[in-house]
Amino acid sequence: MKITEQEVRYVADLANLKLTEEEARRMATDLDGILTHIDKLNELDTTGVEPMAQVLYEAEETATLREDLERRTMDPQAALANAPQPGAGHFKIPKVFER
Amino acid sequence: MGISDLTIDSVLEGLRRRQFSARELAAEALRFAEAGNPRTNAYLHFCPERAIEAARTVDEKLARGEDPGPLAGVPVAVKDVILTQGVRTTCGSKLLANYIAPYDATAVIRLERAGGVILGKTNCDEFAMGSSTENSAFGPVRNPVALDRVPGGSSGGSAAVVAQGTAVVSLGSDTGGSIRQPASFCGVVGATPTYGRVSRYGLTAFASSLDHIGPFARNVRDAATLLEVVAGRDEMDSTSAFAPVPRYAEAMNGDVQGVKIGLPKEYFQGLESESGDLISKGIEALKKLGCQVREISLPATDYAVACYYIICTAEASSNLARYDGVRYTSRSAESATLADMYRNTRGEGFGAECKRRIMLGTYVLSAGYYDAYYLKAQKVRALIARDFAAAFQEVDAIVTPVSPFPAFRLGEKLDDPLQMYLSDIYTITGSLAGIPCMSVPCGTTAEGLPVGMQILTRHFDEPGMFRLAEAFERAGGADG
Repeated sequence: MKITEQEVRYVADLANLKLTEEEARRMATDLDGILTHIDKLNELDTTGVEPMAQVLYEAEETATLREDLERRTMDPQAALANAPQPGAGHFKIPKVFER
Repeated sequence: MGISDLTIDSVLEGLRRRQFSARELAAEALRFAEAGNPRTNAYLHFCPERAIEAARTVDEKLARGEDPGPLAGVPVAVKDVILTQGVRTTCGSKLLANYIAPYDATAVIRLERAGGVILGKTNCDEFAMGSSTENSAFGPVRNPVALDRVPGGSSGGSAAVVAQGTAVVSLGSDTGGSIRQPASFCGVVGATPTYGRVSRYGLTAFASSLDHIGPFARNVRDAATLLEVVAGRDEMDSTSAFAPVPRYAEAMNGDVQGVKIGLPKEYFQGLESESGDLISKGIEALKKLGCQVREISLPATDYAVACYYIICTAEASSNLARYDGVRYTSRSAESATLADMYRNTRGEGFGAECKRRIMLGTYVLSAGYYDAYYLKAQKVRALIARDFAAAFQEVDAIVTPVSPFPAFRLGEKLDDPLQMYLSDIYTITGSLAGIPCMSVPCGTTAEGLPVGMQILTRHFDEPGMFRLAEAFERAGGADG
């Protein structure tokens, strides 16, 4: 096994994702199959290869920075319009700390 | 010409000859699309007010003698991962079932400025994760060509509306094949341009280094026109390219004499026979047009699926962190603490495929695994890009199948995620390299299922890609 159910629960915690018992079992099987396939990558020698984080192509150097000018962004009402619990111009959330 | 056979040119012609007004066409197109939708479930919702308003603008411009734009009055559909202000944008997710976008994507602004009339939003796999559109929280899309089969995915709805004739053209998004594969399954044209060619502003992020917006159409010319309208630098997306957008129509002159085409041998091994036979016929047709065809090798191909499913899930796990029940989404009802609220909201809201990808992405990025998985995958990505760069020293275009098989039956591959991932093999390499790639119809199987041929070219050589595809289409496709 590449991944145990216990590890699945640990990763689910990191991802803030609640999984049912059944989901965790199924997830371990699915991820195991995928991770086994992914092991293929170790067959390739990548010594000295620069990692590619972005698509790269030949281009003139271009300035992507703009002038730092003040401008209107989204209206607060619009930003709050889809919130499940807006209030007093803010997003409301359940309590963070136990008393 | 019936409403389901309209092209951009025939709409412009009809407006010019006053056979119909843009408003009349919009109303008729909406009626036709709403009536036909229960058959395929390709549209998730319609936006009639917005459509009529856009059509009115076109009519007013025409009345004043102004140029109404290259898409004047053309009924368009937009994948529901692309934001449309004031209109529901669900991303195929239960979490965003009631989400009303607060602004327009740049591509949406541009297509409306060009006179396009958005009829509605199309169904897709949840957050564009899938290869069959069966991962939509709002039910699967049926392939209009064969209703018991999938339309492909994730942009299955955008491919299906064009195949069904309930839109003239549509916008989809492609991260690993989500435009080309459904285009091939539904027998329409679908193009993924160079990474950065179209602004991603307003495209819901799945895997930011791989996400593209691109067009679907019933012919190559219409796909090129739609791309030309939405392409170009946008200061709202720092990764959008500065390169000027060429006039694609000028490139499509039918002359492909002497064009050097590479056939990567890795793509033709183990190909299901009927799809392979049709691609072979297509290649013969290209030879008849005067193309020089030769075998090439892209040695890292075999590692592309593994590489892609590390990179896309890593990026997705980060991008999907925002759906936590605070700002956009519905919220799980009973949660005592903030942490519980996050976990319950996400656990109840995401479908199985999104959960799988969030989990895999979180795992490969977690402490102790980063180098072995994520960094390794980025290096393999560099090798895949290098393969293409080397090949394009020798050839002008690369031709391959789009998918190992035609449209499969609904439910057929749902239980085996790895098998579903492996079916993306021919499309994800081009996505990883960020080069232009498209699917052009290449005949149908004995059962009548469409097969698509993929054409890939150098970064920003959309003109060369469209020229080849249009010449192929003009010559009669695989039967040419």
